[in-house]
Amino acid sequence: MHIVDGALSNPVVIGGAVAAAGGIAMGLRNLPLERIPAAGVLSASFFVASLIHVPIGPSSVHLILNGLAGLVLGWAAFPALFVGLLLQAVFFGFGGLTVLGVNAVNIALPAVLAGLAIRPLLARGSPLQGAIWGGIGGGAAIALTTLAVAVSLMLSGDEFLLAAKLVFVSHIPVMVIEALLSGAAIFLARRVKPELFADAKGSLA
Amino acid sequence: MTYVLTGDEKPLSGIGVCRAKVTAFDPRMRIVMTAIYAIVVVSLNSLWVLAGALILSSGLLALSGLPPRKTLKRMAMMDSFIIFMLLLLPFTIPGTPVFSLWGLEASWEGLRRAVEIALTANAVILAVMTLVGSMEPVTLGHALFALKTPERLVHLLMFTIRYIDVLREEYQRLRTSMKLRGFRPGTNWHTYRSYGYLVGMMLVRAIERSERILAAMKCRGFSGRIVLLDDFRLSRADLLFAAALSAALAALICAEAIYAAS
Repeated sequence: MHIVDGALSNPVVIGGAVAAAGGIAMGLRNLPLERIPAAGVLSASFFVASLIHVPIGPSSVHLILNGLAGLVLGWAAFPALFVGLLLQAVFFGFGGLTVLGVNAVNIALPAVLAGLAIRPLLARGSPLQGAIWGGIGGGAAIALTTLAVAVSLMLSGDEFLLAAKLVFVSHIPVMVIEALLSGAAIFLARRVKPELFADAKGSLA
Repeated sequence: MTYVLTGDEKPLSGIGVCRAKVTAFDPRMRIVMTAIYAIVVVSLNSLWVLAGALILSSGLLALSGLPPRKTLKRMAMMDSFIIFMLLLLPFTIPGTPVFSLWGLEASWEGLRRAVEIALTANAVILAVMTLVGSMEPVTLGHALFALKTPERLVHLLMFTIRYIDVLREEYQRLRTSMKLRGFRPGTNWHTYRSYGYLVGMMLVRAIERSERILAAMKCRGFSGRIVLLDDFRLSRADLLFAAALSAALAALICAEAIYAAS
């Protein structure tokens, strides 16, 4: 899902950087000092979760779980996922530096949207109902991320049209897996720690 | 972060792993120069100049004292992610045909664009890994703070760095106990549900851990201020390095201008 340096046109790169700065500022405003430990530990756990490889047929995919991050963190998912991307770029060489903003928007904005739209529904009804909403959130976020990657490629030039379409189609199995996993994770969280999603007022961290 | 990410996932440097020569320079200067470097390289278009930039990045790698094979392997891993997109480009950009494959014409212009992206991406990421990636993660946080990054974002970064290790260990423990109970991953509902529960359990434990952390920090009177353990000083060697790198970048820009004029 990472776009690299040099592929995108300047307006897309600059637009992405500005939008990412806005998103980070918004996320930090929703992150009082008291909640920084929770956000930091969750940001680290999503970093670790992204190293998990899940088998699919003869191959395997690595998880992104940005939808789940959004469901748990709300707006704070934006800076948390940005930090993850920064660490990946600097220490593992994934992605790039000038495209950091675009990548952050592509991954974190769907997470925040999923969080805002679906988080209030997670605590309602039985754990199974919460899990279904969680699955929808997890799947929708990754679908939006793929779409955003495709759009940022297409905005940069028509030559990427085919690549953008292929990115979307090839990620459909990933969407299904992320939806299933997010649903199961929410199901477990609802059973083990029901108060997690109980506070209706927005985000946990 | 430094110790636990095992095998291929291990960061390139850190305490005791390797004493990179480039670590002697001021971290703030390295971050600023890397950002300038990336912007300059991304704005270059000519293939020869970009090849020059890649050579310059390799020079930085040699100078940094990082393990070259490991670093290059990591760079090659990034290439494996984008290779697919690059391979499509010759067929999607119209222009002078070079060769054809299964009846599809590959254009010279598309081939050129693919090489251009590959050179740019590799030159930038190699410079990022050698100049910034050779820092200790905590130093990166402190340097970013010294460069006026918002305090809370730096806190978030430092917490993330601190707990990646811890949570990775927790993940390994949970995986071990799954293995002990005879779990073998495959393409089936049971696998996906189990992985989902694994992630859910990690989140629940992470939140409970963060509650304990907050209590411990409150007990010690944490007020949100970042205490810098060492202050950064710009030495003559730093200025020399920055000047040399700037001169090299200026040379690249000149070469680009000459190439564009010809």
